[in-house]
Amino acid sequence: MADLIAKTPCEGLLPLSVGTCTLSEVLPDAITSVSPQSGKTRAVSDALKKARGLGFPSPNRATGREGARCIWFAPDQAMLVGPIPDPIKGASLCDQSDGWAIMRLKGAGCVDVLARLIPVDLRASVFKRGHTARTMLNHMPLSITRTGANSFDLMVFRSMARTAVHEISGAMKLAAARKAQ
Amino acid sequence: MRVDGKGLIDRDIPVEFSFDGQKYAGFQGDTVASALLANGVRLMGRSFKYHRPRGVLSAGSEEPNALITVGRGAAQTPNVRATVQEIYGGLSVRSQNSWPSLQRDVLAVNDLMSPFFSAGFYYKTFMWPRSFWEKLYEPVIRRAAGLGALSGEHDTASYDKAYGFCDLLIIGAGPAGLMAALSAGRAGADVLLVDENALPGGRLLGEDETVAGVSGPVWAAQVVAELGEMPNVRIMTRTTVTGAYDQGTYGALERSGLHMADGAGVPVETFWRIVAKRALLCAGALERPIAFANNDRPGIMTAGAVRTYLNRWGVAPGRNVSVFCNNDDAHRTARDMQAAGVNICALIDSRADANVQGDFPTFTGASVTDTKGRLGLSDICVSSQGKTQWIKADCLAISGGWNPSLHLTCHTGARPIWNDTIAAFVPVPGAVPGLDVAGAAAGVFSTKGALKSGAYRAKLMLDDLGIKAKPNPTPKSDDTPYGLTPLWAVPGKGRAWLDFQNDVTVKDVELAARENYASVEHMKRYTTQGMATDQGKSSNVGALAVLADATGRSISQTGTTTFRPPYSPVSIGAMGAGALGKGFAPERFTTSHMATLEDGAPMIEAGLWYRPSFFPKQGEKTWRQSCDREINMVRSAVGVCDVSTLGKIDIQGKDAAKLLDFVYTNMFSSLKIGRVRYGLMLREDGFVMDDGTCARLGDTHFVMTTTTAAAGEVMKHLEFATQCLHPDWDVQMNSATEHWAQFAVAGPKARDLVNAVLDTPIDNETFPFMACGLVGVSGVAGRLFRISFSGEHAYEIAVPARYGDSLFRLLCAQAGALGGGPYGMEALNVLRIEKGFITHAEIDGRVTAFDIGMGRMVSAKKDCIGKTMAARPGLVGDGREQLVGLRPVGTVKQLSAGAFLFEKGASASRENAQGHTTSVGFSPTLGHFIGLGFLKNGRARHGERIRMVDHLRDLDVICEVGDPVVYDPTGGRTRG
Repeated sequence: MADLIAKTPCEGLLPLSVGTCTLSEVLPDAITSVSPQSGKTRAVSDALKKARGLGFPSPNRATGREGARCIWFAPDQAMLVGPIPDPIKGASLCDQSDGWAIMRLKGAGCVDVLARLIPVDLRASVFKRGHTARTMLNHMPLSITRTGANSFDLMVFRSMARTAVHEISGAMKLAAARKAQ
Repeated sequence: MRVDGKGLIDRDIPVEFSFDGQKYAGFQGDTVASALLANGVRLMGRSFKYHRPRGVLSAGSEEPNALITVGRGAAQTPNVRATVQEIYGGLSVRSQNSWPSLQRDVLAVNDLMSPFFSAGFYYKTFMWPRSFWEKLYEPVIRRAAGLGALSGEHDTASYDKAYGFCDLLIIGAGPAGLMAALSAGRAGADVLLVDENALPGGRLLGEDETVAGVSGPVWAAQVVAELGEMPNVRIMTRTTVTGAYDQGTYGALERSGLHMADGAGVPVETFWRIVAKRALLCAGALERPIAFANNDRPGIMTAGAVRTYLNRWGVAPGRNVSVFCNNDDAHRTARDMQAAGVNICALIDSRADANVQGDFPTFTGASVTDTKGRLGLSDICVSSQGKTQWIKADCLAISGGWNPSLHLTCHTGARPIWNDTIAAFVPVPGAVPGLDVAGAAAGVFSTKGALKSGAYRAKLMLDDLGIKAKPNPTPKSDDTPYGLTPLWAVPGKGRAWLDFQNDVTVKDVELAARENYASVEHMKRYTTQGMATDQGKSSNVGALAVLADATGRSISQTGTTTFRPPYSPVSIGAMGAGALGKGFAPERFTTSHMATLEDGAPMIEAGLWYRPSFFPKQGEKTWRQSCDREINMVRSAVGVCDVSTLGKIDIQGKDAAKLLDFVYTNMFSSLKIGRVRYGLMLREDGFVMDDGTCARLGDTHFVMTTTTAAAGEVMKHLEFATQCLHPDWDVQMNSATEHWAQFAVAGPKARDLVNAVLDTPIDNETFPFMACGLVGVSGVAGRLFRISFSGEHAYEIAVPARYGDSLFRLLCAQAGALGGGPYGMEALNVLRIEKGFITHAEIDGRVTAFDIGMGRMVSAKKDCIGKTMAARPGLVGDGREQLVGLRPVGTVKQLSAGAFLFEKGASASRENAQGHTTSVGFSPTLGHFIGLGFLKNGRARHGERIRMVDHLRDLDVICEVGDPVVYDPTGGRTRG
């Protein structure tokens, strides 16, 4: 029997660099939606802490670090990005590993690139490391998380990866041209 | 004429550009207007209606006259203000609204006929015959009148858009704005200082005065240098804040690349959406002209503009300059020009008590009553104490006072108030929440007053934001009081122009008042005063003052027209930046997209998704040939179709089954684990919302399938049900649409194909119709559902999306060996019409469960969303249009979707309509067209013949009404 071949969401599209910024694909082992059942948020948070060393995030925040991050996604819902989780008592889990394309935009001036795409205040004083937002990348649903001084993780639907790369690279070119002006 | 030693231009960098094909030289820092004036060119355009020769009136973005067209072909931009466009090497601009040339314009004949063209002329004249207006009058009038023209080609220029955020947005970098920025910047606030000019400084650049012991421009440059060192201050030049919107949002247009030749990917304009915690409007003031006979000749401009051309660009707009004013401020023009060595031939002040000093002829209590000069001013007529005299002058600087630039304060509905002291409208406090006004925009006209006001207002805003600021001492500067006595129009014969851009005169406004267009809004529409690109910046107050006079009211009682965004013109390209072509909407691609394209399948859009229409094979010339083959393939062997686009909602939790019972009309709590059920969903108003299947994977775990079109809508509906109607239920929902690649495998050989890729084969006993379960697919954990949308023995097989491309290719290859292959949307559509299965063509939002024959699916044993409302009178019964099947039985054998149904013999008119068709297709299985439609009391009319008329496609077909299901009505094939 033939083996099925896996393809990443941004296969053949990334990485790419323009000016001082680089856009690359992030490939965690798993992306899992974690939804605490009624009244179980604290218990789920404790369980996550015990198992992975990160708590269930409050709205617009991400816990953890590179390799294991828990990103707030919706009321009573977060995405565990990184490890493949064991069942968590009190939480409904849903495998989303193949549903999202994760792209990392990195480099000096990356906020200027994102300012062309995303209607969120990303100033360092306002949107700090560990802050996250569900918003739009032009017309696409987006999850954006600041992962460093000049680094953001962007999550879009897998089916929209091509459009996302097209639009981000366009903004990278415009930002670079303005910087060189 | 260039004046040595003056101006802020870079004389080391000469720049050559062309105007109407003629080459001119200017310097780096010049605008088209300043460079043309330096070259002695005063005539820059022709007026809108009468084609009168016109030159610049102003030196800024308010310019009504000097509109030019930049570039050619696709890059052509009309109606650019010569006062705003900076020159660069190779710039090519043209004048507008003249033919054959600016100097000899044929349509200037309109000016001779002006007695016939007064306000309301068109309304009164072109009334008859009525149909001529659209066909003849309007096209002819439009050709004669007008501004610049679009190229008619797609605009290929690159535009950009961006979002900006700050604590304090300061609009305008004149003395007030700079002082405010200094205060806020030093206090550590995050400041965005925005100015529409290339250089910050505002009026300081146009005046000859000192601030803190240095010249105005030097002081401005020092402040800008200090601000530039602050990491918390950003300065944006060439950027006009165009609108004030709700919640501290401001629109701004940045002319990012319009001042330079095409440069390495720099966009021509950037449209900014700026969100500011607080904003300070320091936009200064605009000088207003005085109306008198023939006050529109090239060479006549505002007094402040004359000073700006001299002090900022080192240009004397004339050799013999005269000044006509009603205030002290304009006297500076005579002083500055004389100091620069220019002859001042007259200063005329309308005030009898004016204190005029200077070594030039002065007239007080006098006015200019007429002018001469065909293509440019040559003489002015001065009337003083009953005597008139003509004086040679090639430039007349006029000033009727200044109007604060308060436009933004009125963008959310506030109206300004009249201030008698400065005879101008001033903003009302709190007009826009979070926005304050400082400097001349607030009616504080002296330099010192503006500096002080900027610092003071900034301090108030910083206090408000909780940022501590030290008081900034006001630099030593000019504080001359601004004295004026209003003068709007000089009485006399001849046309006295109020609105230069729309050719509106004092008489036009008076005529409007006489004809009872006495409201300022009616006067505006009757005369067109205040319209077009300048929006009456130089004419509004003058016009309403004349209107006030004509109607015997005060200016305050007369009021202003409504100020709306944008403050100055914004190109559509900039507002729509990023939305051109593919930027209009994201494209959603399935995992089989590449393989499908490789097969040569044309794609069709399904919402944002792209799905294959059909898979053409060699020798097939039409889509119908491919479609027919694919249908036969599915009916006789096996077909593969990507169905990943259907919504997949993962529902878990203790109350998951309760939720499903609540949102579906039929029962789901009774569904066994490992089984799938078809479900129908209603909106709250009782109409059908969506349909689909739902699988039970565990006691508290379901996977709901929605249609492609309604996936988002259903998710929203479920969120509403759980957040608003039943927040007490313990349910967790996730859209898993994107995680799974899912393929339909349909046909008599479906199980053979499925077994070819499954780790463990299935049979009819272990996997009967409507079974579901977890399966191994070539070593990958997947899901299998035995459901059918074609009426055949069929499955849907799902794997994580990363394997989608691979599984699709594998399924197609294996199907090929079985005599099958992939099929597209066209075949899918015909297959389901043969089975009478509905899509959103049928459930279009206006039909009930009763209409589609699913009334009995609304369970009597439980409540569900929409159940009560669906039982309303009129939503059930014989009067409803009900789902039926149709087939052509007359001479015409074709059907079409969207056609209307009529009784045989009835005329095919609206009131006789009995229903309509929703979906049609040619069934190769049955050998004729089949269709679905809705017919009044249709279920009781099977066997009846009716008439289908498609007025658009010119079809008139006799059809037989029947059951919607025309293929395998017992469903034996599905269960096989």
